Amino acid sequence: MTPVQGLFLVTALAAVLSAIMVVTSPRLVHAALWLIVTLAAVAVLFILLDAAFLAMVQIVVYIGAIAILIIFTVMLTRRVMADTGPQMNRLWWLAAFIGLVLFGALVALLAQMPSWWTATPPAATESFELIVQDLGLSLVDLDRYIIPFEVASVLLLAALIGSIVLARPPADDLETGEGE
Amino acid sequence: MIPLSWYLILAAALFCIGMYGVLGRRNAIAILMGIELMLNAVNINLVAFWRYLSPQVIGGQVFTIIVFAVAASEAAVGLALIISIYRQRSTVIAEEVDLMKW
Repeated sequence: MTPVQGLFLVTALAAVLSAIMVVTSPRLVHAALWLIVTLAAVAVLFILLDAAFLAMVQIVVYIGAIAILIIFTVMLTRRVMADTGPQMNRLWWLAAFIGLVLFGALVALLAQMPSWWTATPPAATESFELIVQDLGLSLVDLDRYIIPFEVASVLLLAALIGSIVLARPPADDLETGEGE
Repeated sequence: MIPLSWYLILAAALFCIGMYGVLGRRNAIAILMGIELMLNAVNINLVAFWRYLSPQVIGGQVFTIIVFAVAASEAAVGLALIISIYRQRSTVIAEEVDLMKW
């Protein structure tokens, strides 16, 4: 076993264990903190896959924005669900069964692709800087990915406006100055 | 080197754990966390296929960036919806928000 394989196994183990903690932890804040561990492990995997820019975006967007947003929402909606009572619905065993069956099915499908089973990556032909440069240029190139890029921009703008409108307190609260 | 199947099996495991969270959790925020896990599993698959099968075509990474944008939008709108529901009904438990249940 090479050191890279060891690093992968350690990272994968951390990702899976913390993901299991995310879905089973009875305290929501703890679940959100375990989610950060999972996201960081995925960022390490991106580095192992020579996608360093994506690893940075993973840390900035997922850990820096989404995970913090989730923690804020947990704290804003805490008065009722003070981490008491059951956290799982009564069909949780069915959910676990479906998850296990899907995992088995995916691995069985994968076993039918022997060329993927042992595939090793082709040697890196470009340096890291060239990959990032190519990625950036392809996003603004008229012949390549500028339309998905602009659609993503519009989607983010729509999500921004939509979440402000949705999370606004009702109008009568604003007038009386009561706030929340 | 690391075989491609290791990445795919890890992504499948993360996806199934996330789906268990989505289906089994009662709290709406925990359901959103499960969705984030599933999106991350998909991202691992996309980047692994890009690196192993077509590293000269940058489209795999572009796809991942689009998934990042969608995940950010989904988290922002979803959490705003949860806060709005909490204001109106004082609950974040998914099964208690049953106004439109048939």
